Amino acid sequence: MSAQFLLQQCLIGLTNGALIALVALGYTMVYGIIGLINFAHGDLIMLGACLALSLVGVLGMTAAGPATTWVGIAGLVLLCGLFCGALNVAVDRIVYKPLRNAPKLAPLVSAIGVSFIFMNIGLFWLGPADKSFPELLPSTNLLGGEGLQFTWKDLLVLLIVGPLMVALSVLVKGTKLGKAMRAVSQDPTAAALVGVDVDRVIAATFFIGGFLGGAASVIYGLYINTIGFQMGFQNGLYAFTAAVLGGIGSIPGAVLGGLVIGLVRALASAYVGERWTGAIVFAILIVILVFRPEGLLGRRVKEKV
Amino acid sequence: MAAPSPHTAAAVSSPSRGAAWDFLSQRWELVTLAVLALAPLFVPPLGGALGGQVTTLFIYCILALALNVMVGYTGLVHLGIAAFFGIGAYVLAILTVPMYPFQIGFLPAAVIAMLVTAGTGLALGAPTLRLRGDYLAIVTLGFGEVVKVTLRNLEQITGGMKGLNPVPPPGAGVILQGIDLGKEFAIDPRWFYYLALLALAGVVLAMRRLENSRLGRALVAVREDELAAQAMGISATKVKLAAFAMSSAVAGLAGCLYAASLSTTADPNAYDFNRSIMVLCAVILGGLGSIPGTLLGVAILVGFDTVLAPWADSWIQQMNVNPQGLSYLSFSGWRLAIFGLALVLVMRYRPEGLIPSRRMAAELHDGGQGA
Repeated sequence: MSAQFLLQQCLIGLTNGALIALVALGYTMVYGIIGLINFAHGDLIMLGACLALSLVGVLGMTAAGPATTWVGIAGLVLLCGLFCGALNVAVDRIVYKPLRNAPKLAPLVSAIGVSFIFMNIGLFWLGPADKSFPELLPSTNLLGGEGLQFTWKDLLVLLIVGPLMVALSVLVKGTKLGKAMRAVSQDPTAAALVGVDVDRVIAATFFIGGFLGGAASVIYGLYINTIGFQMGFQNGLYAFTAAVLGGIGSIPGAVLGGLVIGLVRALASAYVGERWTGAIVFAILIVILVFRPEGLLGRRVKEKV
Repeated sequence: MAAPSPHTAAAVSSPSRGAAWDFLSQRWELVTLAVLALAPLFVPPLGGALGGQVTTLFIYCILALALNVMVGYTGLVHLGIAAFFGIGAYVLAILTVPMYPFQIGFLPAAVIAMLVTAGTGLALGAPTLRLRGDYLAIVTLGFGEVVKVTLRNLEQITGGMKGLNPVPPPGAGVILQGIDLGKEFAIDPRWFYYLALLALAGVVLAMRRLENSRLGRALVAVREDELAAQAMGISATKVKLAAFAMSSAVAGLAGCLYAASLSTTADPNAYDFNRSIMVLCAVILGGLGSIPGTLLGVAILVGFDTVLAPWADSWIQQMNVNPQGLSYLSFSGWRLAIFGLALVLVMRYRPEGLIPSRRMAAELHDGGQGA
């Protein structure tokens, strides 16, 4: 029984972790390319969730037929992804781009400012109280019987996250844009010298990070079923922790970090108590940064003079 | 707070910083202090609720000056100053509330609280100093969350969401020439007004001394260029640790005053990320590394929250345009967006703040881009 309980918690943790990983990718890609901790990323996802909720209302989506529901969800992922991606690019253009050569503090503080603006928009969009997101998927156990629970919702997370990860790694490893992104993250000046359009690559990175965040926002709504204008801060912080744990700037690191943080959260909630989860995750963050600042899969980078 | 700002602002905008600027920058503290010290004699509302609000303003000024040591002088981004504010408040409360056996006076309790917060700052700083700047920001942020959650969850020690109370007023039980000081503090907010003003004046004086001291110059040198500073024989580690300790201790002092003036620690959410960010906004808005700038920044932000927003809200209500109470038709509904926009615009157009320190302005406009 207790072994099964442990297994169940691990399953919950890994599913949650896949969701965290999707958000963490947005942090890690932007950091890898311009060295900015994008504080507004969590709130960007909150806005994506607002849009998803509104779309569900406008389209009158219900848990009717499985086929139409799946098509509808795919549409939601696409629309919210495009929305968050475009918004992310716009913010980069307007706010961060003029600060490329400023001291590092300037874009960081600006990102905090953008996060506030996003939160205010979310407040107007959702209202001050948390809103419940409709249950579009049946919660029948796919494994059958009384044992381990693995529902349609869990499957949904894996069905969306899996292909996105594959697509991302193909994009980064196999395409010209991916090559340019890796080049810019190593050395923007040298990349520009060999003909890479650095601004375009940065915009593409913001778009991809935002798109993944938009997809994450839809999953978040369908999986957690409660959204609120303040959800961005906490979730963003978990995802950022995952990105740092995996080694910020490293794409496989963000995925690994997300899964680990998901597991830690699930196990801590089950064995220590829900209310300590946040403290445990952040304590882990501090410990990692102190003893292995390059993270699990990151490269050690000397601070440049 | 308001008295010196027109003069100093005018001096900033004038191209030649001559004798008038020097005089004002040397003397503005004394003028402001005199005005604030005499104000309760001539402004009766300071004996009422307004007095309490101004006291809170002074306390935030102290907190912002504490943060300024880290962010302004030393250039370390600190996103968890509220944690030290909270630790100060809780240590004071534990040492003074009737629930615990200690029940020592305000002054010794405040000294102990400052020592505890300084020690906590050192404990956090020592292992994290070798981190890159933005990682340090995240560590302090995470530390703030850990402290908040711990304060909330250790109910047997901290009272959980109820907080610890009643924190006795300073001077409880001290009878001076037939006057029971504790009772006076409880009745008349002007006692707290003067206590907070005294503390603020002390902190401003200490900061002014620090700026011109060997250590203060070392802090700035480390901010400007750590390698060069080390080449000149400054131990960057020691200097940063000193900044951590001083900043934490002063934030702890602010926490003590806060808990004593409210006579409760309030619930742990009073010491969360939002508080840290608000103080950081004040420092950045006013001018990193600048004492008058920091004070002005706090005055603007707190003034916005407690004076301008309620006034504009009641004005909108009188216009009767918002019968349903929609948040986007009330002024305070825009609070976050206005803060956010202010941060973005200041970083874009005036990163040195409203009243910049001269060094910071030079760094941001002339040469600091290679760092």
